[in-house]
Amino acid sequence: MEEILKTRGLKAYYGEQEILRGIDMTIPRNRVTAIMGPSGCGKTTLIRCFNRMHEATPGARIEGKIWLEGKDLMSMNPIQVRRMVGMVFQKPNPFPTMSIYENVLAGYRLNGIKLKRQEEQRIVEEALKKAGLWDEVKDSLRRRGTFLSGGQQQRLCIARALAVNPRLLLMDEPTSALDPKATRRVEELIGHLKETVTVVVVTHNVAQAGRVADYTAFLYWGELIEFGPTSRLFTTPQDPRTEEYLTGKFG
Amino acid sequence: METSKADKVFEHLTRALGLLVLATALGGFVTLCILSWPSIKAFGLSFLWSRDWDPVANKFGALPFVVGTLATSFLALLMATPFSLGTGLFLTEYAPKKLKEVMGFMVELLAAIPSVIYGLWGIFFLVPLVRRLEMALNVPPYGVGAFTASLILAIMILPYATSVIREVISMVPRDLKEGAYALGATRWEVMRFVVLPYARSGIFAGIVLALGRALGETMAVTMVIGNRNEILKGLFAPTNTMASVIANEFTEATSRVYLASLVEIGLILFVITLLVNIAARVITERLKVNQEGFS
Amino acid sequence: MNKNLPRRLGKDRAATLVVFLLAIIPMVPLFLILLQLVMKGATSLNLQFLTSLPRPPGETGGGVLNAIAGSVILVTLASVMAVPTGILAGIYLAEYRDKILPHAIRVAADLLQGTPSIVIGILAYAWVVRPMHHFSALAGSGALAIIMLPVIVRTTEEVLVLVPKDLREAALALGVPRWRMILKVVLPTGMVGVTTGVLLSMARVAGETAPLLFTAFGNPFLSWKPTEPIDAMPLVIFNYATSPYPHWWRQAWSASLLLIAMVVLLNIAARLMARKIGGR
Repeated sequence: MEEILKTRGLKAYYGEQEILRGIDMTIPRNRVTAIMGPSGCGKTTLIRCFNRMHEATPGARIEGKIWLEGKDLMSMNPIQVRRMVGMVFQKPNPFPTMSIYENVLAGYRLNGIKLKRQEEQRIVEEALKKAGLWDEVKDSLRRRGTFLSGGQQQRLCIARALAVNPRLLLMDEPTSALDPKATRRVEELIGHLKETVTVVVVTHNVAQAGRVADYTAFLYWGELIEFGPTSRLFTTPQDPRTEEYLTGKFG
Repeated sequence: METSKADKVFEHLTRALGLLVLATALGGFVTLCILSWPSIKAFGLSFLWSRDWDPVANKFGALPFVVGTLATSFLALLMATPFSLGTGLFLTEYAPKKLKEVMGFMVELLAAIPSVIYGLWGIFFLVPLVRRLEMALNVPPYGVGAFTASLILAIMILPYATSVIREVISMVPRDLKEGAYALGATRWEVMRFVVLPYARSGIFAGIVLALGRALGETMAVTMVIGNRNEILKGLFAPTNTMASVIANEFTEATSRVYLASLVEIGLILFVITLLVNIAARVITERLKVNQEGFS
Repeated sequence: MNKNLPRRLGKDRAATLVVFLLAIIPMVPLFLILLQLVMKGATSLNLQFLTSLPRPPGETGGGVLNAIAGSVILVTLASVMAVPTGILAGIYLAEYRDKILPHAIRVAADLLQGTPSIVIGILAYAWVVRPMHHFSALAGSGALAIIMLPVIVRTTEEVLVLVPKDLREAALALGVPRWRMILKVVLPTGMVGVTTGVLLSMARVAGETAPLLFTAFGNPFLSWKPTEPIDAMPLVIFNYATSPYPHWWRQAWSASLLLIAMVVLLNIAARLMARKIGGR
């Protein structure tokens, strides 16, 4: 298993409160890794450390080590990190002032990167195809992204993140605001994505982790309780707390 | 590295411009103090109590103008308050939806009319009207004077008080009103015993805010008050307000002390409106706390 | 209780009537002002009035071209000074969480907003006219800018804090630096509201007279220089209305009709903008 991201003794604070209590974890390349656990266990905080978004909140700080492709993430500029690590949020958040086309290109345009028209069109088409949205919107690229349905908006956000060719794509409960049908489409999409990008998806839905993830991590109270191939973790959990969670005893 | 430098530059830029706002306000106060210093030094506190305003003898006192301002503003408030309250109630609780929109727009229009146009209308419509009234009442028929100024001020501040009153009345919780209706109360009883008591302090804040407007209003007042630098002698007598004496005499002020006296009147006006606005703010702050307590 | 019912209902009906009257009476002066503006103003409002300069008193004819141009110049200059400054200061209040300074700035902005415009005129006089030793368009527009500034600062802040956190995070997560996120995502999202505030403040200062009396001062000739005295519509209305010449009185009404048209147009533009927010 080739690794893309590694943490050692990762601690995260929010003010005085310790949210992550020393996480050692390795994320495999071109696989889907699910992070699950009860609400408030630090799942979202963990992936927000991976792109240094945690520090964007006032009073928040990180301790410990993170390496991305062997490079020390904590010594890099957060802005540089975020251009390598894409993120999709709980609630679809396309930019309301931009068209679908502009939304896909936001990672370039907002960073002041000018592209040739043909180049732009190629990137938009490619990203929308990867996100499985191309056929639905190819005739309305100039319309506002906010006119799309919730599920389409979320796939637009995925396309926006993919357009800048990230090494790693973080997804923070990407289906929690979607209906079951839209959820299924996003889950199928995640399965296809791992051919080109590594995906880390946070979920509080055990079944979803089972459906989409090659590897699953179980986080509880700021600690990594268990991590392993999903099939192994689901069938023979090593820790009693994992078993309790999987059988729905808490969370 | 470069990008975070740009971030810092931008943050400093916005902070500097924020500071500019602060500096304008503080610098304004200091400027008024410095410019009025010759007058403060020459007359001291007696400036506030003296009723002499004699540019030839270089003797200045602000009392006539302070009295003029306070009298016209409070009279205007007295006249405007029932109408603001009525309009506020009508626009929230009584009017049908279509009428609400139309009248709401008209009240906003009343606020949008420039002061100088109120003054023009005052000169050519209100002044002759008041003159007729004065003749009927057997007082000297100047037409211009404190009463005319108060009348026009009342019309001008009405939309300000109304918009605040309208807002606080529309914030009265629906279930409170419905509770009263369910007990068989008439609409007036709901207004009288539920809506008005609940909105009381907000309504008061609106009135205080309107007072702040009236105190500083210049053009319309200047055009109809008669511009006589003597202390108010009666309801209809011509006089001057702080704002209107500055408007009238600032460009004519020849001596240093004369100009400084006019600036000092500006300073007094500044401080009075400041106090009134703080009062309105304190009331609305307390209102917020109360409402949090309710919910 | 039932015995009282007729009395209570009578009281209710009387109260309804009183409320209706109290609400309808203030509409009378509004109606009168607008009616007289149109009736008295329309008579002298012709092409010559719009395109020629004032004639000396006693001569008929002449127009207010100098004042129209002056008002446009004054409001434009004031906007150039106040709009970028106000928006950036508003951004500071909305985006950066310093401890004491934002509070102080908010209080200062509210204080400036409550300051009578004639006092603002004194400040512009002290800061611009005195050092330059003469009246100027610059001083006049400076006074108007000080009036616009706090309105724009506060509206910008109010609008920007309503921009959802999600959008900020979406931009940051794409590796967008904060300043670009603010200028390219947050500000455009709130732009409609900010524009409404700017238009309303422009409408307000377009009608301001008091702060121009001893700053812009007035000028019977066409002037394009910011360092020269300049005329403005409200100044002309004031000077003509208080003059002893009936011909000028008629022109004051026409100028007022023109001014109110400008102000109402700006207000309607602002309202249309505001409606666009509601529709979103």
